[in-house]
Amino acid sequence: MTELSLGPFSRVEGDLELRLTCEGGRVVAAEAATPLYRGIEQILEGRPAQDALVIAARLCGSCSVSQSMAAAKALGMAIGTRPPANGMIAANLILACETAADHLTHFYLSFMPDFADPAYSCRPWYALAVRRFQAQTGVAAREMEKARVAFLHAMGILAGRWPHNLAIQPGGTTKSIDLGERMRLLAVLADFRRFLETALYGDTLEAVAGLSSVADLTRWADAHGADGADLPLFLEIAQDLGLASLGRGPDRFLSVGAFGGVEDPLFPAGIWRMGAGNALDLADLREDLSHTWMSGPNLHPRDGTTLPDADKPGGYSWCKAVRLSGDSMEVGAFARQMIAGHPLIRSMAAAQGGRATVAGRVVARLLELAILVSAMERWVRSFAASEPYCLPAPVPERAEGCGLVEAARGSLGHWLAVEGGRIRRYQIVAPGTWNCSPRDSSCRPGPLEEALVGTPVDEGEAMPLPVRHIVRSFNLCLRCAAQ
Amino acid sequence: MKPSLSVLWIQAGGCGGCTLSALGAGTGGLTETLDRANIRLLWHPSFSASDGGQALRLLERCASGDQPFDVLCVEGAVLTGGDGGSFQILAGSGRSMACWVRELAQVARYVVAVGTCAAYGGMALSPLVPTKAMGLHYRDEEPGGLLGVDWRSSAGLPVINVSGCPPHPGWIVETLMGLAHDVFQEGDLDSFGRPRFWADHLVHHGCVRNEYYEFKASAAQPSHLGCLLENLGCKGTQAPGDCNLRLWNGGWSCPNAGYACINCTSPRFQDPAGAFLETPKVAGIPVGLPVDMPKAWYVALSMLSKSATPDRVRKNACEDHVVVPPLTTP
Repeated sequence: MTELSLGPFSRVEGDLELRLTCEGGRVVAAEAATPLYRGIEQILEGRPAQDALVIAARLCGSCSVSQSMAAAKALGMAIGTRPPANGMIAANLILACETAADHLTHFYLSFMPDFADPAYSCRPWYALAVRRFQAQTGVAAREMEKARVAFLHAMGILAGRWPHNLAIQPGGTTKSIDLGERMRLLAVLADFRRFLETALYGDTLEAVAGLSSVADLTRWADAHGADGADLPLFLEIAQDLGLASLGRGPDRFLSVGAFGGVEDPLFPAGIWRMGAGNALDLADLREDLSHTWMSGPNLHPRDGTTLPDADKPGGYSWCKAVRLSGDSMEVGAFARQMIAGHPLIRSMAAAQGGRATVAGRVVARLLELAILVSAMERWVRSFAASEPYCLPAPVPERAEGCGLVEAARGSLGHWLAVEGGRIRRYQIVAPGTWNCSPRDSSCRPGPLEEALVGTPVDEGEAMPLPVRHIVRSFNLCLRCAAQ
Repeated sequence: MKPSLSVLWIQAGGCGGCTLSALGAGTGGLTETLDRANIRLLWHPSFSASDGGQALRLLERCASGDQPFDVLCVEGAVLTGGDGGSFQILAGSGRSMACWVRELAQVARYVVAVGTCAAYGGMALSPLVPTKAMGLHYRDEEPGGLLGVDWRSSAGLPVINVSGCPPHPGWIVETLMGLAHDVFQEGDLDSFGRPRFWADHLVHHGCVRNEYYEFKASAAQPSHLGCLLENLGCKGTQAPGDCNLRLWNGGWSCPNAGYACINCTSPRFQDPAGAFLETPKVAGIPVGLPVDMPKAWYVALSMLSKSATPDRVRKNACEDHVVVPPLTTP
C-alpha cells in the first residue's frame, strides 16, 4: 500500500490537494482537500443586505455572475419581488454568457492540454494534440481566446464588464437593451456560432445538440474525424484511452434548474437517484462538518454556521460535506443534462452504470454549449421593446430568502437571513461544495473522491495522468467550494 | 536586444477573477498579447502544463535563485492568520502561501500585485475573519503589508499595485510591457503604488452619464439612465481608473451599464461608509463628493445646474430608455 500526496493542481480553479491510497496499481481511497479559506460567508454577516450583490460575487472570478444572480434571487425572495420579463431575459443571457465562456475555456485551457503530455508520445493522435492543445503554445487555445474575447463583448453589451458586475439586481437588470444593441448581440452570437461550428464541432450547433445516443455519437465522431475539429479529436482520444469508463462518480445527480422565468427552464430542476428522476426537494439538505475544519453541528444551510477551526481533529479540508438525505450528489453539466433527459447523456450514463465519467462530463459541457448558444439567439429576439427591465425592490427589515442558480460548474445556493436591513446569516453551497466535498459522518466520500477510486496508477508516476484527467473532467472550483 | 520578460504568477487568497480578466486582453486574448510583447509565463496556475512535484520544484528553484525570473505577479490577498498562514497552504508543499510569497518576492526583479486583494487586502480583509488578510505592501491604506514599508524589489521598485476588482486586462498587460521595456520608474506610480497611466484618471472621466451629472439629473433606481452619484452609490468622481476612457469588454463600463462604480481600485473599497449601492447623505447632500472640489461650491453649482436642467434630461434620468429625444439643429 502506498500513499500519494498530490498538489498543487494547475488548470483547476483554486487550491486542491489529493491524498491517494494505492494498492495493486489502483487507487483504493482518496481524500480531496481544499487548503484555502477566505471567509466570505463570515464577511457578509452584519453588512447591509444588498451588499451581498457585491461581496458574494467576489467569492469566485469564474462564476461571479452566477454568484450575483444567486444573491439577487435570495434577496428577491426576501423582498417578495420578481423581475419583469425583460429583466429575466437579460439575466438569463448574462448567465448563459458566463456559462458558455466557462465551458469553452475549460475545454481548451484546462482539460485538453494534458493530452500533450510526453507520456502520450506514442499515441497516433499525439502530434495533433501537441499542435492544438499544448499549454501556452497550442494553436487551438489561441483561436479560442480570440473567439472568447469577441464573445464576451456580449457580456459588455448586457452587463458592462466581466467578471464582477452588478447588472443583476433583485428587481431586474440595470441596463435596457436597445434595438441596435440587440442587433449587436446577434452579430456577436453569429461570430461565436461560426467559431464553434468550424473549430470545435466541425458541424452545426443543432446537429451536435441533436446527438441522441452513444452509438450516434460514435458514428458522428467517425464521420467528422477528418474535419480537423476539436470535439471529434477529443472523441478519438477518449476512445483510445478509454475515457468513457474512467472516473465514475456517484449514480446520483442534482440540478436546481436553469434559464427559466419567462418560459419553462431550459434545463429543469430535479434529482436523479436509483436510476430515476424526481422533483427537486432540498428539505433534507445538510452540511456535514465531520471532516471539515469547522466547528458546530450539521445543519441545513438555511440555519447553517461557519466557524473555522483549523485544529479540528479529523478535519482535512475547509470544504463542508454537503449531503442530500445523507447522499453525495454530482452536479454540473452532466447532471443537468441527465435530469433534463437529454438522450445522449442518458445513454452515456446507462453505458456506465448510471454514472458520469471523464468523457461524459466533457461531452455534456460541449453539448450544453451548443444548446445554450442557439437558445441565446432566441432569447435576444424575445426582448419586448418599451417594457421595463427593473422594478423597485426595497429590502425589508426582517426576512429570509434562498437563491438557487445553475452555475456553469453545477448547482449553487445562497441562503440569507436579514434583520434590521442587515445580513444576519449568509450560507453558500457551491458546485465545488458538492463535487469536492470531503467525507461525511458515515465516512462516505464526496463525488470526486468516489470517482478517483479504482483509477489505475503507475506508482512511479508523480502525477498520474488518469488522476489528472478525472480531476479536470469535473471542472472543479475550489474557491467556491470552501468560500 | 528585444525586450523580454519572464513572469511567475501566484494565486494567493483571491477569487481568480484577475486572471480571468487578464484572459480578455487585447483583441486576440492573453496568450497572443503576451507573446507579441515577448512576455513569457514561467508558471501560471491556470495555464501551465506542469503541476504537482514538477511545479513545486520550479517554485523552489525560483525561490532559491537557481531559476532566475523577472516578475512575480501575485493575485489575491496574503493570508497571514492562523499558525503561520495556515488558512492557505500551497497544496503539496505543506507550507503557507504567505511563506512562498515572501520568499519569491525577495528574488524577483519586480513584484506586481494584481488586483486590490494583493495590493491592499481588498475583499478578503475583514476584522470578522481570522485570516489576517493583507496586501503585499499595504494593509488597506496603511503602508507595510506583508513585505514591510521599506521593502524594494531587486530592481529598486516598491510593489506595483495594479489594483481593481478585477483590474482591467490592459492595466495588467501594459504594466508588464512597461517592465519589459524597462521604462517603469518609481515616479510612474501614484501615492498608493498604482501605475499612473491609468490611476491618474477618474472613472468619472468619459462617463456616458456625463450630461445627467452636469445637470444633477439622477437615477432613482437601477436601470434608470440618470447620474448614479446622488442616489445609487456611484463613486466614479473619486475613483482612480480610466474605465470610461479605455472601456471594458468591447466598449462598456460599470456606470455605462447602469450600476455604481464602487471604487474597486482603492484601498478599503470593501468597507464603504454605508451600503455599496446607496449614496450616504447628510441633510440630503451626498457625503462622497469629488475629493478636490470645495464642498460649498459643489452644492452651489448643483443647485444652479438643477434649476437649469432641461426637461428632456430630467425626464430621461428616471427612465430606462430615452423617452424625450434631444432637439437638434436641422
